[in-house]
Amino acid sequence: MKFSFTVNRRSRSLDLDPRVSLLDALRDHLGLTGTKKGCDHGQCGACTVLVNGRRINSCLSLAVAHEGDEVTTVEGLSNGTLSPLQAAFVEHDGFQCGFCTPGQLCSATGMLGEIEAGWPSHISASLDGEYELSQDELSERMSGNLCRCSCYPGINAAIRQAAETERDT
Amino acid sequence: MRPFDYIRAEDPAAARSAAAGSNAAFLSGGTNLLDLMKLEVMAPDTVVDISRLGLDAIEDDGDGLRIGATATNSDLAADMRVRKHWPVLSRALLAGASGQLRNKATTGGNLLQRTRCPYFYDTDTPCNKRTPGEGCSAIGGETRNHAILGTSDHCIALHPSDMAVALRALDTTVEVEAADGTSKSYEMDDFYRLPGDTPHRETVLEAGDLITGVRLPAPKGDRQIYRKVRDRASYAFALVSVAAVIRMENGRIAHAALAFGGLGTKPWRDPDFDTLLTGEAPSRALFDEAADVLLGRAVSHGGDDFKIPMARRVLRAVLEEATQ
Repeated sequence: MKFSFTVNRRSRSLDLDPRVSLLDALRDHLGLTGTKKGCDHGQCGACTVLVNGRRINSCLSLAVAHEGDEVTTVEGLSNGTLSPLQAAFVEHDGFQCGFCTPGQLCSATGMLGEIEAGWPSHISASLDGEYELSQDELSERMSGNLCRCSCYPGINAAIRQAAETERDT
Repeated sequence: MRPFDYIRAEDPAAARSAAAGSNAAFLSGGTNLLDLMKLEVMAPDTVVDISRLGLDAIEDDGDGLRIGATATNSDLAADMRVRKHWPVLSRALLAGASGQLRNKATTGGNLLQRTRCPYFYDTDTPCNKRTPGEGCSAIGGETRNHAILGTSDHCIALHPSDMAVALRALDTTVEVEAADGTSKSYEMDDFYRLPGDTPHRETVLEAGDLITGVRLPAPKGDRQIYRKVRDRASYAFALVSVAAVIRMENGRIAHAALAFGGLGTKPWRDPDFDTLLTGEAPSRALFDEAADVLLGRAVSHGGDDFKIPMARRVLRAVLEEATQ
């Protein structure tokens, strides 16, 4: 089945079996292997990409259902130089094996947008108001991304630094 | 995954007719459907994509809200009207799944999500819900996360939703368009079926019936709480959850609507429980009496015995907070 969408600001057309997930389309048909396949069941977050600016698990989405969508993968987060979030991951050593990192980066990018939009979380004391990225808020909002090396201290420090950089600019 | 025909429906009528009379599934967010299709627990021959039908609006309809079937869990939880007047719904949504899943999962899909009973997922073990008549592996098996209310000799699978628990406490109705174009509206209690001897039939929906949205009436109580107890702090299904909608007048409970997750084969509500509380002054004795009514009907299976005392304690805590 033919469909067209935009991946990392570039128009792409594919002709795929409808069973192909967005994840497999990116990796196996477009050569964008930055996005990782972990559990393939929406439990680990390694496959997280942004679709129309929102973070989703690309393993639980049919590629053909993304006609016209704008997809951003880890390869599209930067334009030659590292984004502030990516640079913060390097600075704070937010990884060990690195397998979860692309998903962490895409998820954190989407999550920071959700904070910016004023979305509450499960642990927010109030449902109205602005939300600061406290450690508890960060842990709750990033709970869909697992790190088997348990590099959470570095990941958390990197995301909080990027959030502060974003807020100050 | 088994092969299927993918149809991107142009309008709701085309979607309904594409799905009628065949082993079809509607695709909205897909977060549960695709998971089950990968495991071949579900194997529709036709997948009808309804995600672009414009069924995602959340609209004021006078004294309530009409929520489109494909409104995402994220959009619904963040909607300012829901946060202000139906906070128990925002809280329930935010207590479920992960940020990524809530961005994709939708209102209609959440209502129809399937149980996480491990035997339902394991195609090597018998399951009456997956293959009618095969037997139930959970009965006599590992039952830590099974239902203790509404079960039958054929199935003890738990309904996993948080959202639907809040919707039950809010007296929501489910709006459906049938394959022939007629519209129907169901109370939540009528929408879900008890397993009985047909646990594979979880709702009253027939082939081609499309959920178009749900209707939230004006809130009947200003004290709204969603309390969820689970094995870890985030991103886990409920062991026990309680949605409470309470209104107090002159020190008495004027309106009580409580619904329960983690306990039932469907999002659970017990009219006798609500009736017992209504009109009464809050007290520990009253709360315990109400818990006796609810949990006196529970049947546990060993691994899930802990849910009975846990539900009693969560109930007491929620009612104390809501009636202060």
